[in-house]
Amino acid sequence: MGKYIVRRLLQMIPVVLGATFIIFAMVFALPGDPTAGKCGERPCSPEYVAKFREEHNLNDPLPVQYGKYLGKFVQGDLGTNYYGIPVKEDLAKRYTITGRLALMAIAFEAVIGILAGVLAGVRKGRFIDNLVTVSTLFVISIPVFVIGVFMQYLFGIKWGIFPATVPSLEASTYSLILPAFVLGSLSIAYVARLTRTNLVENLRADYVRTAVAKGLTKKRAVGVHTLRNSLIPVVTFIGADFGGLLGGAIVTERIFNIQGVGGYIWKGINSRDGVAVVSTVTVLVIVYLLVNLLVDLLYGVLDPRISHD
Amino acid sequence: MTETIAATVQPGASDDVGEARSLTQDAWRSLRKNKIFWFSVLLIGLFVLMAIWPSLFTNKDPGFGDISNVRERPSSAHWFGTDTQGYDIYARTIYGARASIIVGIMASLTTLLLGGLIGVLSGFYGGWFDALLSRVTDIFYAIPLLLGGILFMASFPNGPNSSYFLVVAKVVLVLSIFGWPTIARLMRSSVLQVKPNEYVLAARALGASPWRIIRSHILPNALAPAIVVATINLGVFIVAEATLSFLGIGLTPPAISWGVAISDALSAIRTYPHVLFFPSLFLSLAVLAFILLGDAVRDAFDPKSR
Repeated sequence: MGKYIVRRLLQMIPVVLGATFIIFAMVFALPGDPTAGKCGERPCSPEYVAKFREEHNLNDPLPVQYGKYLGKFVQGDLGTNYYGIPVKEDLAKRYTITGRLALMAIAFEAVIGILAGVLAGVRKGRFIDNLVTVSTLFVISIPVFVIGVFMQYLFGIKWGIFPATVPSLEASTYSLILPAFVLGSLSIAYVARLTRTNLVENLRADYVRTAVAKGLTKKRAVGVHTLRNSLIPVVTFIGADFGGLLGGAIVTERIFNIQGVGGYIWKGINSRDGVAVVSTVTVLVIVYLLVNLLVDLLYGVLDPRISHD
Repeated sequence: MTETIAATVQPGASDDVGEARSLTQDAWRSLRKNKIFWFSVLLIGLFVLMAIWPSLFTNKDPGFGDISNVRERPSSAHWFGTDTQGYDIYARTIYGARASIIVGIMASLTTLLLGGLIGVLSGFYGGWFDALLSRVTDIFYAIPLLLGGILFMASFPNGPNSSYFLVVAKVVLVLSIFGWPTIARLMRSSVLQVKPNEYVLAARALGASPWRIIRSHILPNALAPAIVVATINLGVFIVAEATLSFLGIGLTPPAISWGVAISDALSAIRTYPHVLFFPSLFLSLAVLAFILLGDAVRDAFDPKSR
């Protein structure tokens, strides 16, 4: 187990290096001058521009810039953004709210998605199965941003049940319900479909028939014997989807005006703030890879036949 | 001898006994009876026709905006009404099919080719080659599609005079760059499943070249899952294009697309919902058609689901 984790962590190193380099190269290519508009109506003085470019290593060629950036990153220094604020400080604030949003979205996925999938799988071909199949298809085919703006209008503006925007960094859990649901909506549908498919497949397995033949109640046969095996692909999906959630957060946070990581990346891109964007995305990629490692370790818990020795 | 057996078995009896059928033939037989399959094929055919030949559906000019007639409700003159710029929404929606369908099909094909090639090579050759390709796949897999898309499109924005072709090609390119790892991983694992089979060993023992083994033994047996995912991804790419357009960095006007239309309409959702409704409806129907098609093909290729 320990050996497995170490090997996986070592494998992560080239992946993180490669991914950050790609991101760095793309941000490097961001058009426009980061000093533009920094000095009000008039153009900045050449001295200021020279100092600014020197400070942020903007005169070096791409690989050198990347190397210098990486050297600092390894020491835990995420750099300062172009406004002179350490990115670390900004991120710490913003990751809490996006983290809460993502965790709530995953909770929605796990609870609603698995529940709907189980209901549909157990009653295959009945009304509830058709209802789940049709409604999940409905959700999957409508773009998330349309769902988001529509729900914001309906629940936030027309009926006023939830706040329409959540600009505060210390937002209450209640006010995050609507954005989290929107963020997770697509995945809820996928989880429900995946759970249903796997459950239906496993319900036909021999060991389930044996369990029922032994006289176990249907509840126990499904809950204990079938569900546990059926959940492995679902857990994989939720783990792999975590990255999608963080990407989707850019859209959701923009709709609900949440000052999270997504909003930070978006702002960074628009103000040509390279350091802020690269650092944020790098942290994001690392979080994503760690979550996937965790998911692989969870396999062993769900299915004892899989071992990581 | 063989002739007599063939003569006795073949006529008429083939349906009862079941002739030797390949997996593809088998899948086609069950697809043919599937209503959902035909429904999705019909929808996709309609959208493709719209993309190729929009003037078949409307004789209005989608680029003609009548400023004195903005946000009109649906009427006999404007079937779907007019939008914020006074454009005829019906014509815009018909012409918008082209961008979405091109982006979806091209991105799906590119990811299938690129991901398929890398997946097959790393699955078939194994060893350090596999380790190298798998790490490269991991690198691109670690960057979420939407995030990569946003960064790329922001770094290489569309100028005001970019040609339609360039604007669309850029979106296709970025979706392909960050979309292929899914297919590559899938392809690699299904090649690894097929490779140990006896017929592959037999072919190798008979002296078949690697290229021949891949082409006539591995590919036909390992391709189905990748094709299914590529079909479903088609819908995903169409949505991704719309999302990028919603953020204002995907397709940009004067390009006409559902994503652009939806993003324009969202600002007026409270007062003029019909402006939003029609492009969303078409976009969703297109995505739905590809998902249903993918599902139907998967069910046909997966004997376990019967």
